Amino acid sequence: MQTKRVVFSNRGLPYALLAPQLAITFVFFLWPAGQAIWQSFLREDAFGLKTSFVGVENYLRLLREPDYLNSLSVTGVFAVSTTVLSMGLALLLAAAADRMIRSRDAYTTLLVWPYAVAPAVAGVLWWFMFNPTIGIMSYLLEQLGYDWNHRLSGTDAMIMVVIVAAWKQISYNFLFFLAGLQSIPHSLSEAAAIDGAGPVKRFFTVVLPLLSPTTFFLMVVNIVYAMFDTFGIIHATTEGGPSQATNILVYKVFEDGFIGLNLGSSAAQSVILMVIVIGLTVIQFRFVERRVAY
Amino acid sequence: MAAIDLAGVKKTYPGNVTAIHPLDLNIADGELLVLVGPSGCGKSTLLRMIAGLETVTEGEVMIGGGPVNKREPAERDIAMVFQNYALYPHMSVRGNLEYGLKNRGTPRAEIDARVEEAARILEIGPFLERKPRQLSGGQRQRVAMGRAIVRHPKAFLFDEPLSNLDAKLRGQMRVEIKRLQRSLNTTSVYVTHDQLEAMTLADRVVVMNAGRIEQIGKPTEVYERPASLFVAGFVGSPPMNLFGTDELKTEAGGSLPESIGANTGTIGIRPDAVTLSANGNPAIAVTGTIELIEPVGGESHVYLRLPKTDRVMILVVRGHEGVSLAADLTVHLPVGALHQFDAGTGRRID
Amino acid sequence: MVENRPWLTFFSHAILILGVLAVAFPVYLAFIASTHPQNAFISGLVPLLPGDRMIENYGTMLDAGISTSGAPPLGVMMWNSLVMALSIAIGKIIISILSAFAIVYFRFPFRLLAFWAIFITLMLPVEVRILPTFKVVADLGLLNSYAGLSIPLIASATATFLFRQFFITVPDELTEAARVDGAGPMKFFRDILLPLSRTNIAALFVILFIYGWNQYLWPLLITTDESYYTIVMGIKRMVQVADSQPNWNFVMATVTLAMLPPVLVVILMQRLFVKGLVETEK
Repeated sequence: MQTKRVVFSNRGLPYALLAPQLAITFVFFLWPAGQAIWQSFLREDAFGLKTSFVGVENYLRLLREPDYLNSLSVTGVFAVSTTVLSMGLALLLAAAADRMIRSRDAYTTLLVWPYAVAPAVAGVLWWFMFNPTIGIMSYLLEQLGYDWNHRLSGTDAMIMVVIVAAWKQISYNFLFFLAGLQSIPHSLSEAAAIDGAGPVKRFFTVVLPLLSPTTFFLMVVNIVYAMFDTFGIIHATTEGGPSQATNILVYKVFEDGFIGLNLGSSAAQSVILMVIVIGLTVIQFRFVERRVAY
Repeated sequence: MAAIDLAGVKKTYPGNVTAIHPLDLNIADGELLVLVGPSGCGKSTLLRMIAGLETVTEGEVMIGGGPVNKREPAERDIAMVFQNYALYPHMSVRGNLEYGLKNRGTPRAEIDARVEEAARILEIGPFLERKPRQLSGGQRQRVAMGRAIVRHPKAFLFDEPLSNLDAKLRGQMRVEIKRLQRSLNTTSVYVTHDQLEAMTLADRVVVMNAGRIEQIGKPTEVYERPASLFVAGFVGSPPMNLFGTDELKTEAGGSLPESIGANTGTIGIRPDAVTLSANGNPAIAVTGTIELIEPVGGESHVYLRLPKTDRVMILVVRGHEGVSLAADLTVHLPVGALHQFDAGTGRRID
Repeated sequence: MVENRPWLTFFSHAILILGVLAVAFPVYLAFIASTHPQNAFISGLVPLLPGDRMIENYGTMLDAGISTSGAPPLGVMMWNSLVMALSIAIGKIIISILSAFAIVYFRFPFRLLAFWAIFITLMLPVEVRILPTFKVVADLGLLNSYAGLSIPLIASATATFLFRQFFITVPDELTEAARVDGAGPMKFFRDILLPLSRTNIAALFVILFIYGWNQYLWPLLITTDESYYTIVMGIKRMVQVADSQPNWNFVMATVTLAMLPPVLVVILMQRLFVKGLVETEK
């Protein structure tokens, strides 16, 4: 690991400096994570009186449980749709803003602030717009002949939470895409123009390939976001419904653990989520290393 | 003011990499000593060991007669000027100059007086309230010097202080450092990779190579009587012409003067010692073809291709007297100007 | 741009303006809704133009809240959010900068272990360790307290890495100059490193303030006492009125106030915000 050529030689001081961080990490991160792993191998009886070690039984049950399998696929659909929608729109906006010289900063300001809106608040905003009786979106859709009701239709509910999640993430993606676009040397576009490529062709043959590191990075970040940071959206709007249609993994952990009080199953779900985060983090870091090597 | 003495000083890095082989060096009180050598020769390491920024693996560093191995840099009463100046970017020039004094608990009035004095000597008075980034390279360099001066230390340590300046400014600052050092008469150790800087500044030069001292001496000594092949090749520009004894023999027509001993493996001659006529002195005559002429103002560097060994010899001629490209030219190497080096050790033979 | 294409420029402006409108529309609607009396939402379409009840609505909410939905006055919730956001932001910055300093500027046994212990927190978001963390906080008696709201969230690998990354770029010569000038580690930290980190600290503060303000799951878990509700989670309590339409005007006033502080921070400190966002991803 990288260090300084020059270091201080005190003995006790570094430990004192690290103590607060390590104490909090241990008490609130490592210990609970260890607990989750341990719990995932236990089962409590119906009255919570007796606990027994059941090995990987909790995991096996989970994988047989239709609700869990449904949650896995719901999460997949949700994460991929959110990522594609949000990144697509953000790239379009960033490409447009990249052409602007004087107005670029103004547009940026007007586009980045949704980052600051809490997921739960964003959920309530759109929930209001999609409200089947008074919402403006459902009204417009009705005019188009579509009977919108996210309280009854699973598809409608999924579409709604995807829109909320994507809406909130556009600002983040926009900033990174814009930064990526601006780091592409202008001379490359000029060279392509001299070679006879029009603006659209240039975008797809020169700009987009050069943007691929940013795109890949954002893909990982967006999937992590959709999987873990959207709890508030689901909880504030659909609460996983109707009939499990938007019950993503993080929501299900919460529901099974806090409302269903099924400790063993919730712990096993936690552990599976941890493995997913670790996998995604490893991908992200390998990628960062590669990016540094460029 | 103090002398600096190194006794059997050695530096080994983890993994058994030896940066400095055991060496002795005595720096007299008030002397300006220059450590010079190619990058990686250990000159900076040696300086940093004197400063206390590197630990000493073996041996003793003494400043003012007392051992300082165990002392922190701040306790050694030395001041250092860094290559990139290392000015604190968030402090004003005044703040930079004061910082070390404040940490030592110097009284306010004393601090003000010293800053005043340094500002006057270095002519940085007008910039005292500015931040380093608002200064030019030369001004920053002065501030870095000022930070050393205000401390009134036992010794100044300079780590390539001029290498970030452009050529013209470097020349000016060189003169100024020399003048300053003379007037303050503070013991100074100066590290550089630039042999010209070393020659012009130093009271004595230490030429280093691969963690060892090749030669210690006055600049003229080092130039006129290089102690080893390495020094011969390193000091002087354009560099000394070095030929194997056999090569020169071949070019000279099969024989060499008596004064070339049996142990001599390499013979050297400075480009400015090569003459166009023998003038009656004993000399070796060689003939070659002029391959390139570099006019450098009052004189020219002539590159002569020697046909038999296919080696190039450089010589300095005044103006362009009688040389033209692609012409054959016979030159004379006065025997008195030849440097001989031992075939085995590479040391000088007199 | 390489060549001048008026239609393309026009098209770009059109896209951007559409984007800006799409992004802003839900918020506009929320604000409009918060300025109408309650009966504006009984039937038909929501109002699209401002009403005349803005002052009354916000006044009611800030002072009294809605007793029926069990939410305390907004003033209290906003105060709680502010305390939580500031504690998290400041706490994270302090413990992260100290541990980054230890890791970069010292060599000591178990240094690598400490580094990995911090690194691993990156892989353990609250969402995946909800129950056991809740249990720890409960056992420590921190439910319904500001300490419980903030302390478990202030360990952060990202902030530590940001400072570590920055410290590595600080020239070694500066440390050496400080040592020659007689500064020990803490003096160096205070006099040199801390002032040099100013912009990084500010950028991080912006990001962390938003992060702290927007916390949802955590306050939801550990607060049962209304006087510790934060505004973001309080909204949920308001819309949860069983089987009846929520008081939309009041809910939207709450939503508007919940968004206001972090959005203002982003807009007013955009430069620092962008820097913070980009740097924490390195």
